[in-house]
Amino acid sequence: MEHLAAIDPFIFRLSIFALAVFVGYYVVWNVTPALHTPLLSVTNAISSVIIVGALIATGPAGMSPSKIFGTIAVALAAVNIFGGFAVTQRMLGMYKKKQKK
Amino acid sequence: MTANIAALAYLISSVLFILALRGLSNPETSRRGNILGMIGMTLAVITTLVGPGVLSYAEIVIALAIGGTIGLVIAFRIQMTAMPQLIAAFHSLVGLAAVLVAAAAFYNPAAYGIVDALGHLEGASRIEMAIGVVIGAITFSGSIVAFAKLQGLVSGNPVVFSGQHYLNLLIGLIIAALVVLFVLTPTPVLFWAVALLSFLVGFLIIIPIGGADMPVVVSMLNSYSGWAAAATGFTLENTALIITGALVGSSGAILSYIMCKGMNRSLFNVILGGFGGDSASAAGGARVDRPYKSGSAEDAAFIMKNAGKVIIVPGYGMAVSQAQHSLREMADALKKQGVEVSYAVHPVAGRMPGHMNVLLAEANVPYDEVFELEEINSAFQSTDVAFVIGANDVTNPAARDDPKSPIYGMPILEVDKAQTVLFVKRSMASGYAGIDNELFYKDNTMMLLSDAKKMVEGIVKAL
Repeated sequence: MEHLAAIDPFIFRLSIFALAVFVGYYVVWNVTPALHTPLLSVTNAISSVIIVGALIATGPAGMSPSKIFGTIAVALAAVNIFGGFAVTQRMLGMYKKKQKK
Repeated sequence: MTANIAALAYLISSVLFILALRGLSNPETSRRGNILGMIGMTLAVITTLVGPGVLSYAEIVIALAIGGTIGLVIAFRIQMTAMPQLIAAFHSLVGLAAVLVAAAAFYNPAAYGIVDALGHLEGASRIEMAIGVVIGAITFSGSIVAFAKLQGLVSGNPVVFSGQHYLNLLIGLIIAALVVLFVLTPTPVLFWAVALLSFLVGFLIIIPIGGADMPVVVSMLNSYSGWAAAATGFTLENTALIITGALVGSSGAILSYIMCKGMNRSLFNVILGGFGGDSASAAGGARVDRPYKSGSAEDAAFIMKNAGKVIIVPGYGMAVSQAQHSLREMADALKKQGVEVSYAVHPVAGRMPGHMNVLLAEANVPYDEVFELEEINSAFQSTDVAFVIGANDVTNPAARDDPKSPIYGMPILEVDKAQTVLFVKRSMASGYAGIDNELFYKDNTMMLLSDAKKMVEGIVKAL
């Protein structure tokens, strides 16, 4: 049997990706339609985890084109992260159950 | 070793994101889920910051502070009726960030460890980068157009011209050719050419889509923003991004599917566009002036006061006139008189998925009084009054009965089965589909022709 090192790491990432698509599929079908708007805003916030890529670009000392792009991307993603989670929390706070009399 | 710890931390972040989405299965668990999402994000950011690549923090802190402040101010100030625009704007930022991160990786691939032995950008990374740029750029410009339409900066009417789809196809082919060239020889010119043409395509594919199809567009762009993040994750070899991108991508795809099903149209049909402006007028077809009954706020108040059961059907018109708060007062007044009140929400009511639910929640309507189409449709026949406010096509019986109707097959709320239908509407104009609604002329329908908010306030006064 071939040993594992022969497998391209890309294949591992592809496997992770495919499985995550399925996880997303099943989890999202369980989301109640009443919360579809918060779903949009929270997926917005979490997809801004792209900020990790931006941070790596901004990290090196000294100025470079890469660093400029990274810095702008950090700011854009931060708008989404803070804005997205906060507006989601604000919306979710509005959903209340009927008061028992 | 530290690389392994970082990878584990990213894994935990991803799991927390999954739990955040899982929490949304119920309003009770949703807030806790959202907080788990915040923890996941914090963990991912800190993991990156303590990593070996990050040496200077000043720019990062400034960028985070500026972006974070803007985000928080918007989040707390935004009106719930403006949520569709906000979501579209947020999508555009994810798209642009994806393009910028790809650019950063292109100019400094060594920072991400994606260089081959000769110090050039790896071949596989070139492909992933190109895909990320294309999807990111389309997400960005497409969302800008959607934002402009939703915000009313441009007309919500579809912009169509002849040869539109061939033009898109042509540009698509050029992009594909440029991507191939980029993979062979990654030059900055090719990188930016791909980005610019993709911006153009994103713009072109959203302009022909009408205002009323926005629920699909918003969901679709949500999906794109996820795929853009996933493609970036492949480029940067970061599992947190791959997993999150996949989650968001499939989430948006499911929402698009639900929205299309709610309109009985295929995604392809929506993307081809040209359907449904803000106030599409019936093209050509002779409009006959037919008799209809109209009533005043007092009449409506009288009818509802004497009813046993009232179902309220809100639509985009309610959002436009901000009538949700008065509507809840009306429901409270009715409940005091012993009337049973519930709400029926059509999947595509409003301009994005769940739009009506959020507005009703904002007006303090308890979520267990709000029902989805399948849950409540059978209840209309035992209902005294269906109170339709700002909805139109989603109640049109033609979708059920008339195979020739353009909206035939679309699931509708069967308000015509209620004893009496009260229809709050600004005028007798047709809905976005440009189709006359048979419901207006039925004997048991009373038209309440007025601005939604004014009418509801009038009813509250009369109760």
